[in-house]
Amino acid sequence: MNCDVCKQKTATVFLTQILEGKMQKVNLCDACSKEKGVTDPKGFALADLLLGLGASEEMERSGTGVRCSHCGFSQADFKKTGRFGCSQCYDVFSEGLEAMLKGMHKGTTHVGKVPPRLLKARLREEELKKLQRELRKAVTDEKYETAAELRDRIRQLEMGAV
Amino acid sequence: MALHNILVESGEWLTGDGPQSHIVISSRVRLARNLRNFPFPGWAKKSDRIAVLECVKPQVEGLTEMSDAYSAYSQDLSALEKQVLVERHLISREHAAKGVGSAVVMNRKQTLSVMINEEDHLRIQGIRSGLQLRNVFKLVDKVDTALGDKLDLAFHPQYGFLTACPTNVGTGMRASAMMHLPALVLSEQINQVIQAVNKVSLAVRGLYGEGTEALGNLFQISNQATLGEKEDEILMRLNKVIEQILQHEVNARASLLQKRPVLLMDNIGRAFGILRHAHSMASKEALNLLSCLKLGVDLGFFPEEHRLLVDQLFMETQPAHLQKSSQQKLQAEERDTLRADIVRTKLAKFPKPDSKKAIERGESEQKEKGKNGGEE
Repeated sequence: MNCDVCKQKTATVFLTQILEGKMQKVNLCDACSKEKGVTDPKGFALADLLLGLGASEEMERSGTGVRCSHCGFSQADFKKTGRFGCSQCYDVFSEGLEAMLKGMHKGTTHVGKVPPRLLKARLREEELKKLQRELRKAVTDEKYETAAELRDRIRQLEMGAV
Repeated sequence: MALHNILVESGEWLTGDGPQSHIVISSRVRLARNLRNFPFPGWAKKSDRIAVLECVKPQVEGLTEMSDAYSAYSQDLSALEKQVLVERHLISREHAAKGVGSAVVMNRKQTLSVMINEEDHLRIQGIRSGLQLRNVFKLVDKVDTALGDKLDLAFHPQYGFLTACPTNVGTGMRASAMMHLPALVLSEQINQVIQAVNKVSLAVRGLYGEGTEALGNLFQISNQATLGEKEDEILMRLNKVIEQILQHEVNARASLLQKRPVLLMDNIGRAFGILRHAHSMASKEALNLLSCLKLGVDLGFFPEEHRLLVDQLFMETQPAHLQKSSQQKLQAEERDTLRADIVRTKLAKFPKPDSKKAIERGESEQKEKGKNGGEE
């Protein structure tokens, strides 16, 4: 059996971890086990090493043969590299992704920084929707002067969006 | 500005004047970012990588933080220059292996560097002396916001900032501190500390990151998870653990001085002897011995005014720095000879370790501590 990391030398160190009822196995050669610091199994962050390996198996089980239409990336490529091809891959390979992320991170939903530009865009969109609602109401109520004002403001906002 | 002009000055983090910098050598934060419409660098065609580079590089160079920047395409840097940048932690080992399609932009103070087309399109990194993760984060956060205004970044409503490797997704943030922990190593407590740190899902790594050895008793503590936790929370958690490790190291030093002074004197004395008299020295050996010398300065075995010299030797004895200063490529054996020569010369006036002074200082500190403890 070959080492899971270098894929060349014969594996001499075998690690098994059972986490939330799921078993994951890693086989390492002498050199790679030393490099990864597997001298003391207790002190070794197994998860760190497992991320790429366990994750790819997880992904493989969910829908094989899918390719990202945007960049041509496939499941097999992920298994090989542990990396995605492009930002669209996160949606293309979304099945199984959640379970994989759960094993790596504190949660599966981002709660940190949102780019201020996106935040602004989001606020503008909400503002637009609000104005359009008011406009419809103004038209139904036959308040044409208000409606004209609202229409101008909507136009201004939309112009800003370009 | 030429690379040479930047590298003659040592980076800010090497001058060692940040908070707690005797033990926390440096604080580093990096953010991984990508453009929405291009494949990640590892999967992109060369033409795509170049397109990303030409789009991103001018924006990075235009940042106010980069007004005195040095900027270079990867193919224009020699292997030696790249290695020097790796040794200064300004680029990663992975980035050093890149050629056409990648670049690096860094400021003159060497506190900020942006790698273009490493594993991700953008790796924004800040590094400062001592324990000041929050300040470093503020710097990279500002740069990230400025770049985000200009570039169409890949951001997912659920997963946050998208990265080539799913281990970085979300905040895209990896924060780390490099710690010098000789007393925890000497007193054989380091494995316990590493285990405890791993348990709270933080990582401990060697000098040059993932998969590298802990040379010179230097350890990097960093966050593992990047998703499901706010940047602030990650930094706070990390900071807390670093402060605890710091305290453990301080305690281990005090306890060694008090209970095992011979072990300490022997290690520091041997390091001093070998460094002063060796004629061939590998960089590994140099790092480990310099670590003992540094501990000696911290504990008062050597006068404080020699600190900077020891800190500088840490960097100057690294393989690429050594070759850079000698202006030529050297074989390993020649390097070892040159390294020993430099160390001997620089340490020629270094005083002998003063054990008595260090032990007295340790005792008075213990008394002081006891007194203060009693008053509280």
